[in-house]
Amino acid sequence: MSEKHHIIPVWFFVGVLFLVYGCIILASGLVAWVHDAGDPPTPVLANLHAPVWWGALLVALGFIYCAKFYPKREAD
Amino acid sequence: MIAMLAAGVPTTLVHLSAVDLAIIAFYFLLVLAIGFYLKRFANTGEDFFLAGREMTAWVAGLAFVSANLGSLELLGWAGSAYQYGILAAHWYWIGAIPAMVFLGIVMMPFYYISKTHSVPGYLQLRYGSAASGLSAVTFAVMTILMSGVNMYAMAVVMKVVLGWDLNFSIIVSSVTVGIYVAAGGLFSAIFNEVLQFFLIWFGALLIPILGLIETGGWRGMVARIQQNFPGQDFTHMWATTNSFSSNPMGIHWTAIVFGLGAVQSMGYWTTDFLVVQRVLSARDIRSAKMAPIIGSFFKMAVPLIVILPGLLGLAVLPMHLVPNAPNLPLGQHSYNEVLPLMLARYCGPGLLGLGITALVAGFMAGMAGNVSAFATVWTYDIYRPFLRKNAPDSHYVSMGRWCTMIGLFVSVGTAYLAMNFASIMDYVQALFGFFIAPLFGTVLLGMLWKRVTKAAGFWGLLAGTLSSVTMFLLMQGKFPLEDAASRTRWIGMFALSPQAKGLAQDMYQALWSCVTCVVVTVLVTLVTKPKPDEELKGLVYSLTEVAHEEHTSILHRPLFWGIAALAVLAILQVVFW
Repeated sequence: MSEKHHIIPVWFFVGVLFLVYGCIILASGLVAWVHDAGDPPTPVLANLHAPVWWGALLVALGFIYCAKFYPKREAD
Repeated sequence: MIAMLAAGVPTTLVHLSAVDLAIIAFYFLLVLAIGFYLKRFANTGEDFFLAGREMTAWVAGLAFVSANLGSLELLGWAGSAYQYGILAAHWYWIGAIPAMVFLGIVMMPFYYISKTHSVPGYLQLRYGSAASGLSAVTFAVMTILMSGVNMYAMAVVMKVVLGWDLNFSIIVSSVTVGIYVAAGGLFSAIFNEVLQFFLIWFGALLIPILGLIETGGWRGMVARIQQNFPGQDFTHMWATTNSFSSNPMGIHWTAIVFGLGAVQSMGYWTTDFLVVQRVLSARDIRSAKMAPIIGSFFKMAVPLIVILPGLLGLAVLPMHLVPNAPNLPLGQHSYNEVLPLMLARYCGPGLLGLGITALVAGFMAGMAGNVSAFATVWTYDIYRPFLRKNAPDSHYVSMGRWCTMIGLFVSVGTAYLAMNFASIMDYVQALFGFFIAPLFGTVLLGMLWKRVTKAAGFWGLLAGTLSSVTMFLLMQGKFPLEDAASRTRWIGMFALSPQAKGLAQDMYQALWSCVTCVVVTVLVTLVTKPKPDEELKGLVYSLTEVAHEEHTSILHRPLFWGIAALAVLAILQVVFW
């Protein structure tokens, strides 16, 4: 992004955000799936386990962004 | 809206788990870390106030559209979608896309080639100090007031949705925004806006996905709405606008096309410095032209996460939401709560934290955007020309950092003022609209007609603004001795029908104030002496060399993508007619 300053691209920070949030949401979704399977689900459509696949999507996107925009590659 | 919320629900809408709190805490840590990291790059005036003019078209485009994607807008327009149906999407489509394309193709070359730091800065070059000073002072005051309103709005939403203390929200958000904007200037504001853009999308996109699964798709949703609200049409954009009384918004298609599409949106998207500043940070003229056009495609998609949740609320919520009013009974919710209600409906721990973080990020980005724009206009358009002309660049950077903090203190004061005098919020939001439509007339005439004179620019802008204020007061019944009958008469005169409701009145008010500005500008121009051509080079269409694009491939031409955006817009109108 930066020619004069060699700033870490904002996309890398987006990747970090996605990766951290994806891990947290995926983990909490998996825990809820395992431990609360017999309980009546609170959110509507909880049986779809949205946190698991949404968290996985965020992890995947975060990983792609972090790898593609990792600062060392900018410096090369 | 926020005042009504503040006085409303006595219980919280959602309860956060430790996972949700961790997600929110990580966001605060990340934006502060980014602010400290960017501080080392914001050394010169161009770095601090214009992010070094080195943003790519994508970053500038996302920041451009994100500066308008604050939480106040999200909550308000989702509530409007519940109240008025898909008509609310006009503010995202015809009320934004043509203006964004117009900015990119027609107006951006003049802003960029003139190397101005701001919109008042362009007025300074084109019309001189009087018009520029009027525009700068009004913009600075309104921006800082809006920042305070945004701050208070966030505190109220956090109180209603989560039960958080008002003081806690105001202090934490203002200190965080103050630190990262004072450190990194526009770099920080833009980075935060890009993060916010992704947060809002990924925090809110699950609502329409799960909502459409629950209702069985668009047709299932429409069937449920018709079942819940028989005899009312919430899902057509144009079919019900041939009269003021045939749609829930009380609006006529002429108000949408001429008031919203041709004036109000053009004024906002092309002359409001808060959004234009993001595009001025682009690294070259092609990026500056492409940025708003890239933004227009994302803007077209925003109804998916704002309007559709409102419509889904009509279809699936077990209760009927009610108009915003103070002291709602226990268990009743207002229109503006539809987005948090839908979030709570579909999102459990983790996802709920993501959605709430998106709202917090939206509010903070809104504050940061206002404060960074204020710092620029104060420093370059008020302090430098009127108070201290020839100081070194480092002095102006220092002034920018100081007035970021001072601006935030004033914003906090405004927030507490709004807390005690709730109606101030409505007036501040109305005030902001007074200047936008006439300013568009002034800037556009200045760019397209070299004959327009300095005096004409000032008097046209002043007349347009005063006419806007006068129409507002008359239609709101605020003049002494004005009774209900005369108020209705004024509405019938300005908004073409006594049945025209609030949003329709706003659109006609914008239209007539712009017309007033243009007429006065033309008349004064005809009796005053124009500037010599040499002083207008790079500022006016007929005297500016704009780089041609014949040697650029069609896929890299802003004009091609601008036409593509307009084509998609036309298709959307037909699909949802």
